[in-house]
Parts: sequence; structure tokens; C-alpha cells
Amino acid sequence: MKVRAQIGKVLNLDKCIGCHTCSVTCKNVWTSREGMEYAWFNNVETKPGVGYPKDWENQERWNGGWSVKSGKLQPKAGSKWRILANIFANPDLPSIDDYYEPFNYDYQRLHNAPDSKHQPVAKPFSALTGQPMDKIEWGPNWEEILGGEFEKRSQDYNFQNIQKEIYGQFENTFMMYLPRLCEHCLNPTCVASCPSGAIYKREEDGIVLIDQDKCRGWRMCISGCPYKKIYYNWQSGKSEKCTFCFPRIEVGEPTVCSETCVGRIRYLGVILYDADRIQEAASAPSEQDLYEQQMRVFLDPHDPEVIAAAKKEGIPQQWLEAAQRSPVYKMAMDWKVAFPLHPEYRTLPMVWYVPPLSPIQSAADAGNIDSEGLIPDVASLRIPVKYLANMLTAGDERPVIKALERMLAMRKFKRSQTVEGKPDHAVLEQVGLSEEMVEDMYQIMAIANYEDRFDIPTASKEFSAEDPYGERAGCGFSFGDGCNVSSNGSTKTDIFGGRRASQRAFPARVEFKTREKEKEGSS
Amino acid sequence: MYEYFHDLAFAVFPYIAGTVFLVGSLIRFEKSQYTWKSNTTQLMSGGQRFRWGINLFHIGIIALFFGHLFGLLTPTAVYTSLGLTAGAKQLLAIVAGGIFGAITLVGVVILLHRRMTDPRVRKTSYPMDSFILILLAAQLLTGLLTIPVSTGHLDGEVMQQISAWAQGLVTFQTGAAATIYDIHWIYKLHMFLGMLMFLVFPFTRLVHIWSVPYGYIWRAWQVVRARAV
Repeated sequence: MKVRAQIGKVLNLDKCIGCHTCSVTCKNVWTSREGMEYAWFNNVETKPGVGYPKDWENQERWNGGWSVKSGKLQPKAGSKWRILANIFANPDLPSIDDYYEPFNYDYQRLHNAPDSKHQPVAKPFSALTGQPMDKIEWGPNWEEILGGEFEKRSQDYNFQNIQKEIYGQFENTFMMYLPRLCEHCLNPTCVASCPSGAIYKREEDGIVLIDQDKCRGWRMCISGCPYKKIYYNWQSGKSEKCTFCFPRIEVGEPTVCSETCVGRIRYLGVILYDADRIQEAASAPSEQDLYEQQMRVFLDPHDPEVIAAAKKEGIPQQWLEAAQRSPVYKMAMDWKVAFPLHPEYRTLPMVWYVPPLSPIQSAADAGNIDSEGLIPDVASLRIPVKYLANMLTAGDERPVIKALERMLAMRKFKRSQTVEGKPDHAVLEQVGLSEEMVEDMYQIMAIANYEDRFDIPTASKEFSAEDPYGERAGCGFSFGDGCNVSSNGSTKTDIFGGRRASQRAFPARVEFKTREKEKEGSS
Repeated sequence: MYEYFHDLAFAVFPYIAGTVFLVGSLIRFEKSQYTWKSNTTQLMSGGQRFRWGINLFHIGIIALFFGHLFGLLTPTAVYTSLGLTAGAKQLLAIVAGGIFGAITLVGVVILLHRRMTDPRVRKTSYPMDSFILILLAAQLLTGLLTIPVSTGHLDGEVMQQISAWAQGLVTFQTGAAATIYDIHWIYKLHMFLGMLMFLVFPFTRLVHIWSVPYGYIWRAWQVVRARAV
């Protein structure tokens, strides 16, 4: 047993309101720079839909994640020789159009347009070429609240083994939000497919980072990551990814997306896991076993043996105590209401999701709820259970049904307790919850106070050889290259092939050739 | 006067270029590793054109590089003892160089066309990216143009002169430039452009050549970094 600790994350989709605050705050902090306009370390997708980048979940197309070949685990893209053979041109690399062509608007036009009969408009222009765009064809959130035709959205990979046609009809339609970020996997394919060895997982907190100095831009990680959460910065020529806001995590603060989450859906807490079991778990023959297998990699923070082994590995006491309080551990392991996103990719992701409840399906049922005993039958929920199972458990509906039932039971119990004044214990027995558990669930999942959502021990720098005093007054967070880098990531003092930042300011200057038309309009 | 410039170009310049190549690469790696990259534009435009161009180019140019390396620096005694006459070696060089030169040429033309015509690639290129591609194309063309000249004298003597010059340079022998005083100007142009390539190397994306990721083959799949304890 080799115990390691990671700050894990759970997103309670039942409470996501799709406000995109997480995406916007993340964007403002991390990716509002030239070269990264198209990149969203955190984005929120409306499901069903093909998502961002298009069709990302379909690994037949992108070859992301792992496959098991005659019992041996290797990236779906192939062996190391195979990956190196493709190094000149990665055949699985998405193009910028699979994300979207980043654009901005010529706002200055609203100030300087000549007199005309019509209101001037701020026309869009490409952030790549600076050229005007006639029509914006795709964006980071094109399918927002079921935008676009069902035929296109229904290419969603999670519709596998579902008769999807009926969900195109207005009265059967359903939707949910799926906020996505880097999963900081236990078995990351991005790390495995990086020829330079620039991507690494931090032993002390599990955060997966790209060494910006070591990255050579071989771009194998981009296709290797099945979640498509590594982005190529076309300005710097390096790959970048979600950093799990490690400068915040190290001082015990939640990530920006979690801190700013309006719906209070995000949870951060310590998970202890057994690093020796990762490979075995990820190699499980059946895809549907992977969820179960990953739970076996996690270690019980109350087990004295685990605590002793963790101490031997040098995990600080503070972290062990946080692991015992961890809301993430509770939701994933104690209550079993949270699940990994697409466990079949075999990456053992560490951002888990609580499936959303949805309204009871039909009008007929509304008056006469199809009740299986005490709680409504989850099959009558508007979002098909199979769809959620395809997303969270490789298609195994049983664990998802159990989780949804527990959430329904929690609601029913609290209602009976607070509205009717007669606590309904039968409903708890039905789903195997004790009153104590359900009260804790209610506190953490429904009330979701700040201090219950985030239990993040500080990085315990006192146990590392780094010298914080020596680091003071350093250049702080930079893009590598020491302190020699401007805030947008481009080097200013650059005789080695980089263009100076001032020459490549964003937005680019654009001139429109539409004056004559306007003159005609105004005459 | 001609002699002076000949010596400047083939006795002095090689050492300047070589020094800038080595020291420049070292300084850039040490001081500015953030700029050390292949600088791929596949994301911007990665269709069939790109894949054909980039693969043909790389396969061809890697073969040409090693062909030149071994062709120029293998001492005459070594290959004659293996039963290869100078004439035969020259013929081998012409045939292999011709084939891989043609492959690289197709690749370079495709890539140049792409870089000049694709608006996304053009706008996001550094000037150095276009410059180095043009320099490579020019170098390739002069290399291919030596073939018709070489077929005029198949005894391998010119080839031996050039090898002697290269070997004289790397073993620091004065007077190496004198051995190639009389060769055809097209060879000299090709050699000069070749050395120019070494000179500009540290200032371009070519530095990614230093970073061939051979270590990947022996590495474990996963990389975990522990903090310093």
C-alpha cells in the first residue's frame, strides 16, 4: 500500500443552474490572453449536445484515454513507438474549428461610425486573423439550453443504446448542465502521452500540471486527454491546462470556479488513495467495473492501518484530519451519490458528479405519481437514467438509480420532518440510509455552507525543503522562463524567435470596407 | 580578393557559425527555455495538406541530415576498407540524395504554400518561421542542383575534396579551405547556405531538433513529481 493524498472534487449537478460564473471567473483569471482565447479550462455544457470541443466524448474519433489490449493497459492512441511515429503530424488532433474560431467585436465602430439611417453594429472579427467574420458558426457554448437542432445535438455520445428519437419531441425533451474541467486523474493519459515528460502529477496533492519550460509542443497530450481539457496555446507554442488553481489550493483556498459557484454545487476535500492499485484498477476487463474499481483505490481515512501507512509516507496530520471530514469522500464513498465522469476512459478521474434529479415525466403522472412504494420511480424522471449511466458509470444503471433514490429519499424525509412534522423513517429504510447520515447529507448537499463544501488543508510547506523566505520577492507565478515574461505570457526581451508582445496586441486592428454601402443606405 | 573571401567563407565562417550554433543553443536553453518548442501550427490548419507536407518534409530532411553527416565525416579509409570505392560512394550519394531531396522538396513546397496562403497560419507565424522555411527550400534547391554538376565527374574526387574540407574543419586543421578552392560554385553556395543554417539555428524553431524525445521510449507511462524534502 502506497498512500497518497489528493484534493478531490465533486460537482452536484442537481443544483447547477447553468449560470457560467465558474467559466467566466476562470477565464478572467487564467485564459484571457492571446493564444488562449478559445480555451476554457472550465466550461459548462448543456446536455444532450455534442459539447466543446465538438463530439469530445467519442473516443472512436479522438483516440483519447486508455485501452486494454490482451490485458495490457496502453493509451488508445497506441504504444510509445506509435505515438512517436505520429509526432510530425498528430492524426487525432482536433482543429481550432472543433473548438471554435475565437472572435471579438469591433466595439470602436459604435463610436466612430459615420451618420447613417441605421444603428451601427459592432461586427465580429476573428481573434486569429484579425479579419471580419461574416457569420459566427460555432462558439464555446453553442448548444446553450438546447440551442440548435435536435438532429445535431443528438449526436451526443451518451445516447448510446437509447432510442433517442422520442427525446426530440417537445413534450419528451430534457436537458441538464455539465460543468467540465480537468479531472486531475489518477491515471492521466495526457501524462502518459507526453513525449517530453513535461506533464506530471504532484505527489502531495494530485494536481496535474504542465511544466511550461519542458513542454516542446509535440501536442500528443491534447488528443490523449479524453476530456479534451488540454489546450494548445498558439501564441506560446505550449500546451496549457487547468491548474486546479494550485496557488490558491496551497494556501487552503478553493479553486476560483468553486469559490465563485453561485449554485454552491462544488465541493473540495482530501481523498486518500493507494497508488499501488492504480494500474490494476484501470486495467479492469469490463468497463462497467471501473467505477467500482476506482472506489477500491480510495482508502478509508478512519482505518488505523491506512493512517499508519499515510504517516509513513509523510502525509501531514492536518491532511489526515481533513480526509476524515472530506465532503468528497462522504459523497463518493459513504453515500455513493457521486460518480466519475466517463470511467470507461480508464483515467480514474478525480472530479466526480452527483447526477441531477429531474421533474416527473408526463402530465398524467403529475397527478398520480408512479410511486414505487414510498419514493417515486426514478424511471419516471424526465432525464433517462440510461443517459446518466452512459455518462457516469459506463452504462450501468444500478448505482445511478440508487443515488437518485437516496436523493429523493432525503427530500421526502426532510419534507416529512419539517412540513408534516412526522419524520418518515420508512423512506430511509427503503434506500438504506440512517437518520444521522441523511441529516449530514442534508447539511452538506442541500444547505451546503461554505465551510462544509471546502475542506482544504494548506500545503504544509514546513515539511518540504523549499525555503519560503528565500522565495519572497521572487517573480511569483510566471509562464516559465523565470521572471523574463510579460503578463500575457510572451517574452519581451526575445532575440530567439519570439515576436514582441506589443506587436501582437489583442484585439487586432481591423478595418471594414462597408462605408460605401452605408452611404447608399443613408442617401 | 577571391581567395580572401573564399577563406572567410570556408575557413573562418564555419567556426563562427558553429560557435553561434552551440553556444547560442546552450544560452537559449538555459535562459529562455519557455521559447524552446516545435511551434506547430497544426491546430490552425491540420488537414491532408499539412499531414502530407509535414511528414514528407521531416522524413526527407532527417534522411538528408544523416546522409550528409556520415557522407562528409566518414574517413576515406573506413569506407574503402568496407569495399566502397569513392566513385561508388558518390553514386550512392547522388541516388539517395536525389530521392530524399525530391521527397523533402515536395514537402517543403506544400508547407511553404500552406504558410503563405492559409490566413490563420500566416497571421500566427513568426517572421522567423517563414524565413527558415525559405532558407531550407533554397538550401534544398542548391543541393539538388549539384546533382547535374556531379554527374559530369563520377570519379568521386570532388566529393573527397569536400569531405576532406569537412573533416579538416572538425579536426581543427588550418588550410582545410584550400582543398575546395577549385570546386564548382554551386557546391560552395550549398555549403555556405548550410553553414548559414547553423548560424541562425538557435534563433529559430529549429532548436526543437535538439529535443528529439528518445527518452520517452524507456520512460514509465506516468510521471509523478514529489516536492523537495
